[in-house]
This record gives sequence, structure tokens and C-alpha cells, in this order.
Amino acid sequence: MSSLFKERKEMLLGFKALRSNKKAPQFTGEIPDGLYEKCPSCEKTMLKEDIVEHSFVCPHCNHHFRLRAAERLQLTVDPGTFKELMSSAKSGNPLEMPGYEEKLQRDRSKTGQNEAVVTGFGRIGGYPYAIAVMDSYFLMGSMGAVVGEKITALTEAATKRKLPLIIFCTSGGARMQEGILSLMQMAKTSAAIGRHNQEGLLYIAVLTHPTTGGVSASFAMLGDITLAEPDALIGFAGPRVIEQTIKQTLPEGFQRSEFLQERGFVDKVVNRNDLKETIIKLSRLHGMEAKG
Amino acid sequence: MSLPEMEKQIKGLQQQMAQITMDTPADEKLRLELSTLIANIKKDAYERLTPGDKVYLARHPLRPNAKYYIDTLFEDFTELHGDRLYGDDQSIMGGIGTFDGKPVTVIAQMKGKTLEENLVHNFGMPHPEGYRKVIRLARQAEKFGRPIINIIDTPGAYPGIGAEERGQAEAIAQCLMQFMELKVPVIAIVIGEGGSGGALALSISDHIMMLEHSIYSVLSPEGFASILWKDSARAGEAAQLMKLTAQDLKEFGIVDSVIKEPVGGIHSWPDFTTTQIREKLTEELEKLAAQKTSLLLQNRYKKFRAIGVE
Repeated sequence: MSSLFKERKEMLLGFKALRSNKKAPQFTGEIPDGLYEKCPSCEKTMLKEDIVEHSFVCPHCNHHFRLRAAERLQLTVDPGTFKELMSSAKSGNPLEMPGYEEKLQRDRSKTGQNEAVVTGFGRIGGYPYAIAVMDSYFLMGSMGAVVGEKITALTEAATKRKLPLIIFCTSGGARMQEGILSLMQMAKTSAAIGRHNQEGLLYIAVLTHPTTGGVSASFAMLGDITLAEPDALIGFAGPRVIEQTIKQTLPEGFQRSEFLQERGFVDKVVNRNDLKETIIKLSRLHGMEAKG
Repeated sequence: MSLPEMEKQIKGLQQQMAQITMDTPADEKLRLELSTLIANIKKDAYERLTPGDKVYLARHPLRPNAKYYIDTLFEDFTELHGDRLYGDDQSIMGGIGTFDGKPVTVIAQMKGKTLEENLVHNFGMPHPEGYRKVIRLARQAEKFGRPIINIIDTPGAYPGIGAEERGQAEAIAQCLMQFMELKVPVIAIVIGEGGSGGALALSISDHIMMLEHSIYSVLSPEGFASILWKDSARAGEAAQLMKLTAQDLKEFGIVDSVIKEPVGGIHSWPDFTTTQIREKLTEELEKLAAQKTSLLLQNRYKKFRAIGVE
């Protein structure tokens, strides 16, 4: 009898594992196909499964692997609660920039998304949020007219519904191929954040590697609370541009999360493994009510 | 023929003209011929300026800088210094003056005319303390109900160690958010180069005017070429693609009005242009002053909200 129970338990566990495996994130990001993966930081080789289990953080050196939007949502948002907005919005080629459409097409098939940001409503530890997740695997997370529109529309919807807003930022900045139109998205998104702010609503900005250029100089730096993942590159100008301008090599750790915290531009550097708990705690501290 | 080539050719002709020292009828005739030729070459070149030519003109060493407009358009200008947080950034010149007898706050990006001046003004590239000075003066203007005139002329915000340490990104982001909320009319004038986020920070306004041969872009054409093609020498080609001229921006609805410049550019006849700026400023300030604050803010928001939406 006991062996039968044991057998059934094993079967059940196996079934559960199978099911959870099915749900496991796609290895399309920084972690390519294959069983093993080498950490780009400490260069130790480890089972990919182990990395995924550790929220895409290297268990040896705490290197935070870049995440795809879907992976971020899976790590952060309560299962089954995310409702995406404007998922079909696609960029055109307003300046008729040669080669741009091919790049868009390439990254659409690479990521399975239409743009460099995913927006929607969802719950984090039961707390309802308007959520935007940028994806650096789509044209370096750059902000063109559609990214700007999606973030603005989400922020406006959050203001209307009196919901807190959280944006996981990662971007190389304005999307060059859309020229001046992409620059103007900085104004538009900041304006929407301003209105959300005036309503007394909470906005948490989570800065992840990398957050630079036009995104850092707009909504990314306007959070009530600014969190950052460890060792993320955060700044206005890219390090290469600065080095070319001042003709010096930059010091170690310059423009990294810890540096920004030290200089007073980030509230808290948070490990990815603690991020969800931190957000939940902050929600509670702002008197929010958990649902479901 | 590009503008620099044309300038060289004209210089040659002018030298030729200077060599005519006599006043015989033949000399007179030659002099007239040469000056007509110069005028025609100029007119011809200015009739078909390429975007690359406009980039050249926008950065022309003889082009008036912000100081010129402050001196010509406003009376009793009193400069006010500092951001009250860190220091005084000389690439931003701000203060109070009067326009048509009424007090206004003027905030301008300053390029120098000489190397010495440029070292003081950091080539018109602000640090975070510059943008924080902008915010301080703008809030001060709001408190006293003064309209704000922003004068834009910058290659971009300065990319340096100190600028990053003191939060360049945060300073610019604050400008964008706070100007959207200012309860007084704001008018922006692009007089030369409108480079990237560094220029955008002063652009949140109720009316943006742009001089005919000024430019406004997401990045310098050199930077654009080096990012997209890893070759900054292809800047001319980049300028062609970037849609950075006043005319392009008007078409996109980003700029509200384009101020004409004379043949030869504003530096050949500044009054021609400043007279028009003065007229346009008077007209727009009157219009904006008549608007209720709530409508003013609503319209400002709507204007930027609409950019990029099909």
C-alpha cells in the first residue's frame, strides 16, 4: 500500500515537473539553446536550469542576465493576472529610413513581440498595478513613436483608474531611425507621468541594464521610488560617447546602479531575487489594498 | 556647390573687387559686374540649400548667438545666476527683462563667439546645474506671473563625468515634466542648433518658433552617422535623411512657426529676422495671455501628446 502511495506521489511530482517545465520561459534571450551556459561575468559554466531557477541571476557571481519582457512578467506579475494593452501596435517608418523596416521585422520574429515594450494591467503580490516592461532584445529597447505611445497610454489609463504605475526600464535611448519623432516621445511620456504624479498616485521606476539616453532622461528618472538592479548601466550619455568627449578612460563602476545610489539618484539597489518582495512591501507602505 | 564652397568662391571675387582701386568708368563697370555676380551666386545657393547646408548655417561662426537676441529683443535685461543646489552653469543665461514694456523671464542656451567665450559657456552644452537653473528661473517666473521665453541653441547636453555624477538625465527629465505644468505662457525659439534631449529640455512650450536655417534633431548628424553606420564622416548623408530642418519640423507639427531669414542667412542682415521675431512674439504672447490657465495647460499637453500618433 505504502509503495503504491509512493509511486503515485512520484507520478504526481513528475507530472507537476512536466507541467512547470512547459511553462518555463523560452531561452531566447541572453541564454541561448543548449543545456549549459557560461556566465559572461564570472565565466563559470552552469546548468541553464539553475540560472532560470535563480531568476536569471548567476548563483556564483550575482550577474543579472538581461531579461526578455515575457520573462520579467513571469518573474514579477501574479500568474494569470496580466492583461496586455495595445499588443498589436506596430511601428511604421515615418522618416522612410533605409533598413529600418528590415530591423523591425527581424526583431519582431526574434522576440515574438511587435515592439520594445509590453504594457498592461496586472497584480504584483495581489496589488493591482499598471505595468510596463521594456525589452532590450527589441532594437535595444529604443523608444520610437509606438513605445512612447504605449507608455503614455498606459500612464493615462493608470491616472484615470487611479492605479499605481510600475515601469521596468531598459533602453539604449531614443530610436534614431524615427529621428525627431522619437525625441518628442520623451516629452510626451514625461507629461503623462506628470499628470499621474499630480493625482497623488505612486510610480515605481525599476532601472535595469541598460537604461540610458532619452529613456533615462524622461520617465525612467521621474519615479517616486527609483529601484535599480545591481550593476546596471544607467546614465544619460553612453560611456563610449563620454570617453570620446573627455579623452579619458572612465573609472570602474562609473554609471552603474551602485554609483547612482551613492550619488543620490537611485533609492535602492535591489537584487532580482528580492525585487518582487520589495515591490510588495512598498505597495503595503503606500497603503494599497491587496486583492485576490 | 555646397555653402562652404560658395563662400570660398565669393571670397575670391571679393578679393578681386578689392584690387580695383581706380574709379574709371571701366573699373566701375567691372565692380558692378562682380557685385552682381556675387549676389547671383548667393541667391542661387540660398534657393536650394540642402539639409547639410542648413547644418552648416545653423552652426555658422557669424550666426548671432543668444546674447544678441537678448540684447535686441528685451529691455533692462538683468541676469540671474545659479541653481541654488550646486553652481552657476554659464552655458545657460537666464534672467528678467521686459518685452513691449512687460516683464518676461528669458532663459537661453549660450554659445560663445570666440574660443575664450566658448570655454566659459562650454560651447553651449549645459550640465545638470544648468537645467536646474532653468527650472528655478521658470518656477520663479510662474510665481510672479511672467511669461517665459526660451532661446534654444545647443549641440546637446554635455556628456562628461561631472554631468553624469550630478544627474544629467534626472535634470533633463525634470525640465520636461515641470515645464508641462507651468502656469504661465512659454514660448521657445530655436535660433541655431537644437541638439537632442539637451535642446528638448527647453522646448516644452505653448509655441515653438524656429529660424528658417536652424536645425533640430534627435542627435547631431555626425553622431547619427556614427551610431547607424559607424562612420561620422557620413554626416552629410545623415542630415539628408534625418528631417532636421525647420521646414520638415513644421510639416511634422513639432514646430509652430518658421521665421524667415534673408539671403545669406541671418548674419548677413540680422534686423530682417529680429523684426519678424518681435512681431511674432507680440502676437503669440497676446494670444496666450488671453487664455485661461487651465486651457493653456490643456493645449500644451495635447500638443505634445499628439506627436507620433498616426
